[in-house]
Amino acid sequence: MTAVESEPRRAVATAARPRRRVRRQHGDNLAGYLFLIPWLIGVVVFVAGPTLASLYLSFTNFNLLSAPRWVGLQNYIQLFTVDPRYLHSIVVTVIYVVFSVPLSLIAALVLALLLNAKIKGVGIYRSIYYVPSLLGGSVAIAILWRQIFDSNGIFSKLLQLFGLPATSWISSPGLAIWTLIFLHIWQFGSPMVIFLAGLKQIPAELYEAASTEGASKWRQLRSITLPLLTPIVFFNLILTLINSFQAFTPAYVVSSGTGGPLDSTLFYTLYLYINGFTNFRMGYASAQGWVLLIVVGVFTAIAFITSRYWVYYEDSEKR
Amino acid sequence: MTASALTVARTRRRRGRQDRASHAVLHIVLIAGSIVMIYPLIWMIGASFKPENEIFSGAILNPFPAHFSWSNYVSGWAGSGEITFGQFFLNSLLVCVGAIVGNLISCSLAAYSFARMRFKLRGLWFAVMLGMLMLPFPVTIVPQYIMFHALGWTNSILPLIIPKFFGVESFFVFLMIQFIRTIPRELEQAAQVDGANRFQIFVRVVLPLLTPALVTTTIFTFIWTWNDFFSQLIYLGKPERYTVAVGLQSFLDATGQSQWGAMFAMTTLSLIPVFLLFLFFQRRLVEGIATTGLK
Repeated sequence: MTAVESEPRRAVATAARPRRRVRRQHGDNLAGYLFLIPWLIGVVVFVAGPTLASLYLSFTNFNLLSAPRWVGLQNYIQLFTVDPRYLHSIVVTVIYVVFSVPLSLIAALVLALLLNAKIKGVGIYRSIYYVPSLLGGSVAIAILWRQIFDSNGIFSKLLQLFGLPATSWISSPGLAIWTLIFLHIWQFGSPMVIFLAGLKQIPAELYEAASTEGASKWRQLRSITLPLLTPIVFFNLILTLINSFQAFTPAYVVSSGTGGPLDSTLFYTLYLYINGFTNFRMGYASAQGWVLLIVVGVFTAIAFITSRYWVYYEDSEKR
Repeated sequence: MTASALTVARTRRRRGRQDRASHAVLHIVLIAGSIVMIYPLIWMIGASFKPENEIFSGAILNPFPAHFSWSNYVSGWAGSGEITFGQFFLNSLLVCVGAIVGNLISCSLAAYSFARMRFKLRGLWFAVMLGMLMLPFPVTIVPQYIMFHALGWTNSILPLIIPKFFGVESFFVFLMIQFIRTIPRELEQAAQVDGANRFQIFVRVVLPLLTPALVTTTIFTFIWTWNDFFSQLIYLGKPERYTVAVGLQSFLDATGQSQWGAMFAMTTLSLIPVFLLFLFFQRRLVEGIATTGLK
């Protein structure tokens, strides 16, 4: 890794070598830190500082006008015992994550497998499936969604064509969350692109060898493609998991910032926004932020720990 | 022709026919999927050119306007208050340009340090950088808001731009590190022999070679900033500071959903910049995702 190791001199064992190695390893101390200064300031001022500050604030009541007042664990106790909206926001977010993450990853994987074929116009298909992922996070698309799934929207009209009842999905407490799950799935293009890049890296010889041995396409998919793709599935899973826990824009736009109807679209981050930035209960919102940090951390850790059992790494067999 | 050669030829022909048949099925599936994917967008664009009373008429499912009209764009552009969408677009553009300049400078400096230099605690800082990739933004947003409020920067675009000058977007630092690692060291060593210092090497040798990663950073920063809503919503309180995202939301609130034609005209306009970037830099975008995702 270090420059020292790559030099032929390395082979020559001299007494001075250990000291030289230490010096060379840290030989760029001054220059390295000079280049890193802006980033280090950013870490302290905009990331680490605020993270610790929000931990402190989570033990206080603070409304931006008077000084923070220490209340100990009260915010956390209130969140989990006397705030039904908070517990409800967790349920809504978990439903959203549990459905939208696997469904969008499956859609991404299936389309990547189909679009990996050598067929005419494959580039155009890829573009069409990819575009929604670039646009989908915007307010504009959320507004469009709100209209599509309203009682006079095109989705209701389509349902009517098939003889189904035309209701407003947006203003129905049982269905509103599904419009947001659909919106998430609609944006499967970016994990699809990552899957496609992964598929290209699988050596063609493996498939050639398999088909000379008489393995069917289905068998090749199960025994070559999917196992070799598991690291990318894992990567995509972590990425979409973290992002969907923090989803905000569509729920805000669809419900005009309220999380309605009947709190059915009250995403975790939306409720945090309501507490922190419309009610200015900033200590309370900070406590919510820290619970989210811990939850995301635990989920990521679980994904990493279980990955040993289902993610295939080429070098793990040599070990 | 021997018998065996004949069978081979026959199977090949049969396989060719099978391939063609399965390709046809595949095309049908893919085309159907494409229609589902882009129908909402096409419908929105069509609706933006329909007179208000036509949008929700009996032919609502037909995306193509029977009576083509620009009037939605005129009334939409005027906005709901005294501020026009022209101002919103200008504000969004300003925020994007500021964020891009900040990201390009700060992320490339940090990436060069991480990729090419050995210094104390480098491993620790590298881990911090990766950890920042996963840090949920709601954790830091409250103290950041308090800080910018104390500085008197709320109601300005500064809170949306200044952090970018300090490399807070780890994604781009990581992207550039990966790219610099693929550049052969010999070029930098040659410059060093010629007596160039680290900064000169960075500016004259590394940055020009880093151009593809810089372009990717520019495009992604633009798209993410253009689409961003949360931070623009909390920091921009006055209509004259609104970005397109906040402007659209306030237009929706103000018109009480009575002017869908004008609404869709403005949502369509707001998607055009991102769509154009996609058209021109499609390969870059895809490569950007793939390299940071995989290597």
